[in-house]
Amino acid sequence: MDVLDDPIAAARTGAALLEVEDLRVGFAAGGRDVRAVNGVSFRVSPGRTLAIIGESGSGKTVSCRAVMGLLPAGTVVTGSARLRGAELIGLSDSQLRKHRGADMAMVFQDPARSLNPTMRVGAQVAEAVRAHRAVSRSQAREEAVELLRLVRIPLPDRRYHEYPHQLSGGMRQRVMIAMALACRPRLLIADEATTALDVTTQAQIMELLLDLQAELNMALIMISHDLGLAASYADDVVVMYAGKIVEQAPARRLFGTRGAVRMRYTRALLDAIPRLDRPAHTILPVVGGRPPDPAALPPGCPFAPRCPVTADDCLTTEPELAEHVEGHRWACWHPCQNGDTP
Amino acid sequence: MTEREISPQPLLSVREVVQEFVVRERGGARGGVVQAVSGVSFDILAGETLGIVGETGSGKSTLARAILQAPRPKSGRVVFRGTDLARLRGRRLLEARRNLQFVFQDPFGSLDPKWRVRSIIAEPLVAQHAGDRAARARRVSELLDLVGLDPARYARRYPRELSGGQAQRVAIARAVALNPSLLICDEAVSSLDVLIQAQVLNLLERLRGELGLSYLFIAHDLALVKQVSDRVAVMYLGRMCEIGPGESVYRQPLHPYTRALLDSVPSTEPGAARSAATIKGEPPSPISPPSGCRFRTRCPRARDRCAEQQPPPVEHAPGHVVACHFPLISDEERPVAGPQAGRADVD
Repeated sequence: MDVLDDPIAAARTGAALLEVEDLRVGFAAGGRDVRAVNGVSFRVSPGRTLAIIGESGSGKTVSCRAVMGLLPAGTVVTGSARLRGAELIGLSDSQLRKHRGADMAMVFQDPARSLNPTMRVGAQVAEAVRAHRAVSRSQAREEAVELLRLVRIPLPDRRYHEYPHQLSGGMRQRVMIAMALACRPRLLIADEATTALDVTTQAQIMELLLDLQAELNMALIMISHDLGLAASYADDVVVMYAGKIVEQAPARRLFGTRGAVRMRYTRALLDAIPRLDRPAHTILPVVGGRPPDPAALPPGCPFAPRCPVTADDCLTTEPELAEHVEGHRWACWHPCQNGDTP
Repeated sequence: MTEREISPQPLLSVREVVQEFVVRERGGARGGVVQAVSGVSFDILAGETLGIVGETGSGKSTLARAILQAPRPKSGRVVFRGTDLARLRGRRLLEARRNLQFVFQDPFGSLDPKWRVRSIIAEPLVAQHAGDRAARARRVSELLDLVGLDPARYARRYPRELSGGQAQRVAIARAVALNPSLLICDEAVSSLDVLIQAQVLNLLERLRGELGLSYLFIAHDLALVKQVSDRVAVMYLGRMCEIGPGESVYRQPLHPYTRALLDSVPSTEPGAARSAATIKGEPPSPISPPSGCRFRTRCPRARDRCAEQQPPPVEHAPGHVVACHFPLISDEERPVAGPQAGRADVD
């Protein structure tokens, strides 16, 4: 039996489905060299959920698009991304297309804009099935209904014939997930897939994704700006800032009453999340400023200009991401202790 | 207990406000009536923040616009500082609205891209003939300082030269230019990154103290609303389910919908959300909302009575009002009587 099909064996041997190493993405914009991703490494195993967290422009989406081969021409991608041992970086578009859909698929934030408004949703799912496999029209149709059922859309036979505008945001996102699952990918990347949805719908879609992940033994990468979502649903967490990973640990280690966040940026993100247990009119601990310009990164720690405890070394020398405690990496000269606030 | 004095005379009193829209089918035929807001009542006291939480289609934004009389509600009263806004026309409505300002979700959508920041902020001053040119320029600088933007750097910029957080600060500066007593914030921080969101929330909190503002704070995020509000109201499909002091609504939600919303908030406790029971299904159409209680089609506690009668608002604790036939009363207060009772306590 393939070790990747058995999550317990995979966990035992530490076999990763996707291994990303020293990934770098750069492109030229307005005559300037923009370094969007600067040496990112992570791995994700079947049956596990990895959350990649960061603000707009932190490089979280660009990293995943680089893995998927979905970046525009002219983008320079270096480093390595191996899916089941096969290198993805440097593949041609047609080679990558074989992996996309079959091995890996992506769900995006805005289902309204990703779906074709003039085409029945069932036909769009059937089209996704036929895009990757040589099946007859009637077979594709049957599979599409099955996929709609898989993503828990009620009355899939009837919904098959509806147009996107007839569905709610949550239902449209289910259709997008059905399309992504058309070829039973081993890796599903959800890019802010629940951000545009209401809280109760968001909870439903996250539950669905986790159920499907268990059913299909997929690896799931969720890209989000919401650390709360990561705490609730992810096994492992990567926090990105200015194109780099600044903290990386299992969710259980980072969050909760005995959480052990070390990097000050993660701490700031965590403290900024609205919380039910705060009394009204609480003044929040905030960090000022904005992330650095990716075309002019500062010499030291990229977070230093905004950090509450910046020292001289922070401004001159960049801290490496290192494993200080087993399974827990952070990049900070002066990490916070439990209970610290910035 | 609040540290600030709250006068008993309401600043804003909303009574039985109804707002409906006719949906046209192809060719203009009448397709149905969207019952966007159906008989909503509440008060806001001076110095108080009332939060309204609800999902897409709950009518919370329609309600905000009905309060502003843009468009006017179909029926009901909106009494602001002792005057029924529905009776005012033209210049008198404009004058009343001086004290009633608003900040919307998309800062770029609400700032004219062809105007410089200083003109955008000065616009309400010009419209209300407040001061001469020099006085207005001084006021614009003051306002930019107030919202934490350096006038020397930002006054001459265009909206496209601002970040989302900066643009929202400009929208706030414009909103407070005429010293309003009530600021309506409709998803005002929802589109901002979490660190910027915290900065803007702190700004709103500071302005509350410095300018003695009251807020009607509308958002879909219950934790966010709870964090800024003295009192919290929950809307579902055009009706108010529950209203009460924030702590009370959060510690003991009485409406099953409020409970479901609370359970849906992602927790920073690992794995917490996975065990939470969230509601199933989708909200029904506001064109033909369910009879009786509008939440009954998704409610785990619904019984026959919920379809037959609209639940009236009942005050269960001081200021804590719920519209539900079978509210979630804790076990100490009402012994477990049926199979449905105590469900709320099941994790």
